[in-house]
Amino acid sequence: MNSFMAWIEKRLPFMDAMNKHAIQYPAPKNFNFWYVFGILATVVLVNQILTGVWLTMNYEPSGDGAFASVEYIMRDVDYGWLLRYMHSTGASAFFIVIYLHMFRGVMYGSYQKPRELLWIFGMLIYLVLMAEAFMGYLLPWGNMSYWGAQVIISLFGAIPVIGEDLTIWIKGDYVISGATLNRFFALHVIALPLVLVILVFLHILALHEVGSNNPDGSNIKKPKGSMKPEELSKFTFHEQYTKKYDIVDAIPFHPYYTVKDLVAVVIFLILFSWVMFFFPEGGGYFLEPPNFTPANGLKTPEHIAPVWYFGPFYTVLRVIPDKLLGMIAMFAAIGMLFALPWFDRGVVRSFRYRSKLHLLNLTQFAICFVALGVLGTMPASDLANLIGRLATLGYFGFFVFLWFYSKGEKTKPVPERVTG
Amino acid sequence: MSNVPVNNGRRRFLTAATSVVGGVGVVGVAVPFIGSWNPSARAKAAGAPVEVNVSKIEPGQMIRAEWRGKPVYIIRRTDAIVEALSKHDSQLRDPESAEPQQPEYATNPYRSIKPEFMVALGVCTHLGCAPTHHKGDFEEFVTGVKDGFFCPCHGSKFDMAGRVFQGVPAPLNLVVPDHSFPTEDTLLVGVAPGEA
Repeated sequence: MNSFMAWIEKRLPFMDAMNKHAIQYPAPKNFNFWYVFGILATVVLVNQILTGVWLTMNYEPSGDGAFASVEYIMRDVDYGWLLRYMHSTGASAFFIVIYLHMFRGVMYGSYQKPRELLWIFGMLIYLVLMAEAFMGYLLPWGNMSYWGAQVIISLFGAIPVIGEDLTIWIKGDYVISGATLNRFFALHVIALPLVLVILVFLHILALHEVGSNNPDGSNIKKPKGSMKPEELSKFTFHEQYTKKYDIVDAIPFHPYYTVKDLVAVVIFLILFSWVMFFFPEGGGYFLEPPNFTPANGLKTPEHIAPVWYFGPFYTVLRVIPDKLLGMIAMFAAIGMLFALPWFDRGVVRSFRYRSKLHLLNLTQFAICFVALGVLGTMPASDLANLIGRLATLGYFGFFVFLWFYSKGEKTKPVPERVTG
Repeated sequence: MSNVPVNNGRRRFLTAATSVVGGVGVVGVAVPFIGSWNPSARAKAAGAPVEVNVSKIEPGQMIRAEWRGKPVYIIRRTDAIVEALSKHDSQLRDPESAEPQQPEYATNPYRSIKPEFMVALGVCTHLGCAPTHHKGDFEEFVTGVKDGFFCPCHGSKFDMAGRVFQGVPAPLNLVVPDHSFPTEDTLLVGVAPGEA
């Protein structure tokens, strides 16, 4: 066995890569539960790919056959209902996990220098994930699939001059039709998953280059030779990390965090199964009721709502009375997140050691984001529009305030070594 | 390896020239990939504009055409009907046609190019049923208004410019599709004025 492994190692640095990225990867020893969502996102990604491949085995991507084939999967294919619910529940779970993962990064300043590119890759993953979810939602060819896509695609019609032609180009027809369904299927099943997997790979590679942040936002990589030998971590880390730095307060990712993450995975899977078996429709939020009738271009559902995870951006779009400005604001809302590393001009990462003002700003941002999300699933009304506008201001305000106060912010001293 | 001295300028030029040619190639290769997203010949045929001869429509009469799978109502309004349009603005949801339910050239009190000809999709904006044309007997639905459209499914009411009345389930005015008059007597549904 050993000689076989040695034979492999000479030709492909397999064990070296395992050591570098797991067994001898130095992770700060003070990770809390906020640090499990990266692994959970990976688990969901694997679930989506596996169940997705299995669903395509019985799904028929055509305007005439799509809706019936989903019913066929649900009723006639052995375990088809389970595979589909794993996939549809997985879609919502993906966004829950990703939103928490992102909020972790915002709280502990994990986007700050030198992790800007890591954050950008994460945001790209989020963006592709939204495109993936949007296109996937058209595939059951239910009436909400149809009208949801109708609303989102018609947004592009607000672009001056080229708008109308662009929507026809996207649809491949003058109305959303089988042609649209087929291209969305191709993108959902082949193109975007491929991009997603590549981005996840780059995200992890970039993470391991700059190293994980931690709830203290302190640095566990000290300049080489600055630490006394007894202060160094007692574990063996890959020389990739130790040759340039003195590593303190770190433990190897495997087995310490793999085991910890396993606990999180088990808890997550319990919750996931509970939803999947008992509330697969998520109370009408994961699978919306109008989607149980086939797509019909002549029958608009009474209240067209996007799936909950698009809620925040849909509200931003909706509360702005001008269609083009609304669309610009919606994309700007996502753009702001991309630029977060440059809005924050501070040097202290974690909210633990930042000003009261920052904590306040962070809190109002979280409240506004949730409020926008809730409003996005509700019908429009004057009150909802008012609250939606306030929350939109709060959302954008977070970035603007941050830019102003982060420069000369009164912060507490960050401990040299990580705390508990 | 030869020992001829390296000519860096020539190397740079060759590298740049090759990159430019390669770049042009990439643009060329992109053409079929982007082009294949256009509506196919079949989709184009199914969505082609519809030509209607309007000279034979009697004043006050409505005919139907089909365009992209949807019914199109074409009404020849009499002067009396056109005049009556402005008299019930206060009972309408969107009398000024503020919502973009019509092309810009039809955003006027008649919601049409010529006051005489009304062109609208016969699809109720509530749940897509087909409203019925009531000629002269619309007063049973709205007092004081002689002509209009009544949707038999959920009771939505529209006037002779397709504008929706208040207090009915339909939220928006009827959709006015792109249309134009290439000659005095022909109506082309699906093509805006001045377009090919």
